[in-house]
Amino acid sequence: MYVTVEGDPVYVYTGTRAFERARPTILFVHGASNDHSVWALQARYFAHHGNNALAVDLPAHGRSGGDARPSIASIADWMSALLDALGVDRAVVVGHSMGALAALDMTARYPARVRAVALLGPAAPMSVSDVLLDAARAGEHLAFELMTAWTFSAVSHLGGNRQPGFWMTTNALRLMERSRPGVLHADLDACHRYAGGLTAAAAVGCPVLLVFGQRDLMVPPKDAGPLLDTLPNKRVVTIPECGHSMMAEAPDAVLDALREFTGSLP
Amino acid sequence: MRYHTSAPVLRRRLAMTKPKTTHFDTLSLHAGARPDPATGARATPIYQSASFVFPDTDHAASLFNMERAGYVYSRIANPTCAVLEERIAALEGGVGAIAVASGQAALHLAIVTLLGAGSHIVASRALYGGSHNLLDYTLPRFGIATTFVDPRDIDAWRAAIRPETRLVFGETLGNPGLDVLDVPQVAALAHDHGLPLLVDSTFTTPYLMRPFEHGADLIYHSATKFLSGHGVVIGGLLVDSGQFDWGGTGASAGKFPTLTEPYAGFHNMVFAEESTTAAFLLRARREGIRDFGACMAPMTAFQILQGIETLPLRMQRHVDNTRLIVAFLNAHPLVESVAYPELPGHPDHALAQRLLPRGCGAVFSFAIRGTREQGRKFIESLRLFSHLANVGDAKSLVIHPASTTHFRMAAGELRASGITEGTIRLSVGLEHPDDLIEDLSRALHAAGKP
Repeated sequence: MYVTVEGDPVYVYTGTRAFERARPTILFVHGASNDHSVWALQARYFAHHGNNALAVDLPAHGRSGGDARPSIASIADWMSALLDALGVDRAVVVGHSMGALAALDMTARYPARVRAVALLGPAAPMSVSDVLLDAARAGEHLAFELMTAWTFSAVSHLGGNRQPGFWMTTNALRLMERSRPGVLHADLDACHRYAGGLTAAAAVGCPVLLVFGQRDLMVPPKDAGPLLDTLPNKRVVTIPECGHSMMAEAPDAVLDALREFTGSLP
Repeated sequence: MRYHTSAPVLRRRLAMTKPKTTHFDTLSLHAGARPDPATGARATPIYQSASFVFPDTDHAASLFNMERAGYVYSRIANPTCAVLEERIAALEGGVGAIAVASGQAALHLAIVTLLGAGSHIVASRALYGGSHNLLDYTLPRFGIATTFVDPRDIDAWRAAIRPETRLVFGETLGNPGLDVLDVPQVAALAHDHGLPLLVDSTFTTPYLMRPFEHGADLIYHSATKFLSGHGVVIGGLLVDSGQFDWGGTGASAGKFPTLTEPYAGFHNMVFAEESTTAAFLLRARREGIRDFGACMAPMTAFQILQGIETLPLRMQRHVDNTRLIVAFLNAHPLVESVAYPELPGHPDHALAQRLLPRGCGAVFSFAIRGTREQGRKFIESLRLFSHLANVGDAKSLVIHPASTTHFRMAAGELRASGITEGTIRLSVGLEHPDDLIEDLSRALHAAGKP
């Protein structure tokens, strides 16, 4: 469905179930140069199990209009505005990578809006390598290639997809190739410059789930150490032999982690 | 500042950065396969099971509703076939693939996923006879028309496109005259009109050409041929590049409602919203394979996987042998002509050098001087070359297209496809080239006797 947020059309995937304001809502937020489709399996599950599953295309991503937001805080502000536009008071917020930082920031600054938060592939700070930032800034295809190389575990580079017939790495590459000019750099730059992660973590009061890929090269789990030390009321799931693209590499493990987490909420 | 690098320094640094990628030969052996988690088996197991047990009813419902990944029923998906699907997708540079019962089933699945009654196809007229049958004789009964064009005439391609055209189709190497499809040019034309280019890449395999890198959108193979490589199975593979915009914006908007509008046959799913990159494959599997049912058997997938493991080695040997035989025939006094794009006289010589630097495959045709009777005598005098209707076997093959694979075509259509009464098609195998040349030499000698 489409909704207007801050004057721009925004696409929200709802798992082929109509949005109903009375249902509990789970907001799924994708990472850099991705779109709603990375959540297709998990969002469909929750949509067909009593929830509004809202897998959004962030501004300038996928089918949404507008400009890429320049900072994690502005993405978080936009997410709150999205809930306003839909008339949703509170939601469980699930974010991946850049989306995880935005979810964390939103949780800290809009505590009344977030019932619980799930951070997939997070770190704070989330520094991005110079060469990737440079390639993205220059608009080089190399940036997508580096992202593809680093976002999957070594074993996933040889396939073995749980979804029959799909070749994960090229899928990820093709999705990023559809990015509008400048969007990847804007996303990576927002992640790289986000300095408020640990402050935000200290302010989080709701239940938190952290999901890591054991073999994540893009955002190594060890980089989340300070975040883990700071966040209260958390549960942690580490998916074995999985990289950063965990929704593709281990879709059922991600779903089960989210199911158990949301099922445990008061 | 971390990345305020000067332009020359930045260019040098980026030029030196090479993300690790897995080579073609390695993907031929490993893509899609992992040691079997249940047994540790290194070879891909043959999952010869029609169905797969559900842990519980919720899990079952989730699988049916595409909420979880996994297997339900082998007509829709099978773990052995899935390894093959990933492997060909990896080798072609696609986002995924579907394994089907034959190359013909792959062509049919591509068409019925995108087109319905009232739609139109523009196709090269240099096609395998079976493809020509489907397009020219069978599909019109279902309301799908085709205009055939000279593959070398880009103006003819352009002129044939109508408002109701939904697909542009050709063979990377036309059968049997080896017309080289100018994939970049035809793809650009198709894209200008919001249309996808489907190519039959059977003769080239991804070892010789990766059509997605030249702009094609969909590829299919008769895996019966070089991919399996040993003439023991019938199978087809349909691969999606993931690059075509099925209708969000631009020239393709509104042309592909099977992908952009709710499908009542699957929970009103809009496939282009479900997957940004692989909407075509979702529809093809959730409707085409489900309803038309032309699935691949797991044993077949296993045998094709065995073939693909040695594809790079075999294709190079096929091409090496072919070059020697082409040179021999081209110099033989009883041979009137040889149609092989590596020969300077072939009309697509320059294009082949650009698109097919590794070689132009191992199937080609030549014409004998003399009567039809001499052609018959030549074929019947061969000992190593087997006279049969197939190509891409490890063993060398021969056939007379005018009386076999293309016999339904009218004389004018035959001529347009580059086939004469004297045309003989060879599929060069992996035997020692000296033995093959000796066989051809002896048969030509027999044919030349009064």
